[in-house]
Amino acid sequence: MELIIESLPRLLSGTWLTIQITVLSVLFGLCLAVPLALLRLSRNWLVQAPTYAFIFFFRGTPLLVQLFLIYYGSGQFVPELQRVGLWTLFREAYFCGVLTLTLNTAAYTAEIIRGGIMGVPKGEIEAARACGMRGALLYRRIVLPKAFRLAWPAYTNEVIFLLQATSLVSIITLMDLTGVAGTIAERSFAFFEMYLTAAAIYLVLVYGVLFVFKRIEYRISGHLREVKPSRGPSVEAADIR
Amino acid sequence: MQGYGPLLIEGFKVTVMVGVLSMALAMVIGMFGAWAKLSASPAMRWAAGVYTTVVRGVPELVTMLLVYYGVPTLIQDIAGAFGYDIRVDFNSFLAGVATIGFIYGAFSTEVFRGAYLAVPRGQIEAARACGMSRTLAVRRILLPQMWRFALPGLGNVWMVLMKATALVSVIELEELMRAAETGAQATRLPFNFYLAAACLYLVLTAASMALLHRLEVWANRGIQHGT
Repeated sequence: MELIIESLPRLLSGTWLTIQITVLSVLFGLCLAVPLALLRLSRNWLVQAPTYAFIFFFRGTPLLVQLFLIYYGSGQFVPELQRVGLWTLFREAYFCGVLTLTLNTAAYTAEIIRGGIMGVPKGEIEAARACGMRGALLYRRIVLPKAFRLAWPAYTNEVIFLLQATSLVSIITLMDLTGVAGTIAERSFAFFEMYLTAAAIYLVLVYGVLFVFKRIEYRISGHLREVKPSRGPSVEAADIR
Repeated sequence: MQGYGPLLIEGFKVTVMVGVLSMALAMVIGMFGAWAKLSASPAMRWAAGVYTTVVRGVPELVTMLLVYYGVPTLIQDIAGAFGYDIRVDFNSFLAGVATIGFIYGAFSTEVFRGAYLAVPRGQIEAARACGMSRTLAVRRILLPQMWRFALPGLGNVWMVLMKATALVSVIELEELMRAAETGAQATRLPFNFYLAAACLYLVLTAASMALLHRLEVWANRGIQHGT
């Protein structure tokens, strides 16, 4: 027990890295996912096919393979990467970890957003067209806001999945929460205590994220609520994934 | 693949085996879990609730490390406290199957619970009114229909589970990922080997998608679709 308290500062610094990686990948992933979803919905076969291939690859293979492919696989192209000046980036486990997680979550999120876009009622688009909106304006004002609202619960699951998936970066030597717990456990042989503590911290993080996302969901669906004395959002276990 | 092709194929077989066995285990656990979640006893409901909440809130990797490295040391510590000096080592194949089955049992619990709730209550009442016993009604009316509702959810669980089997390479099981690692280190061609592994996983994904589609068509035979 005192070992757990003793190592708590180090575990918390690992937790900070976990949070950093999660936030970075979620933000970059989302930036990438929206254009991907739009390309995926394109009617042009030449645009749609490569997008689908990208999404199929990142959704169809384990994250661990993707991580190794980028982190260790880049080692096979050192001269080429050096020539274009990218080797300093690919040498860093941090960069490779964030890059892999970003591409992975972008693929999953793109499919979620695509589902949202396809769920936008036709009538709303027709109404917007009748008001004279089209192209980017139509998407910015009508389609995307609605699509995000529809996709939000699924997106919540994806973010939680990503948060848990960051634990894999410990395998490529990063000292995130899992990495720190593993290192301390190997020195002290307190495997059970350390991994249990890490698990508890992950649980707190996951339910923290869930709480925030449910609050946002509550806010963005204000117009859909029945008018009645509100009790605020409730966080339920059944909402994960 | 410089002679490492057969090794990859061997690993691929182990991956499929771990996947299928842990899926079977996950479905058994899921059935019991759903039964506990829907049972009248508050203690059972609470236990199942804690199980699904905790397991789904912790990363698979941490659970796996906890079971594979944590539980043996815990057993040794407890045995040590009683004055016994024993060494516990888990077989990595069994530990992998057990852990993955345990984790995805929580996910299939939710799937089965949803499927059970999706079967209209009136049908069970009707079956009982026709004189079927409780078990007969479950076997003839409830279970066949539960499959239909559970199949898409179970398909998702299978897809995620299959990819999670890559994690058992961390606990030193000679599956596809581990075979790719061996090949990559020996030949210094990591990109080629991990790409080959990725392609094999893609083959598995594509085959599963096709099979699931067939299964869903089969499970939905005799259902008339609206519109």
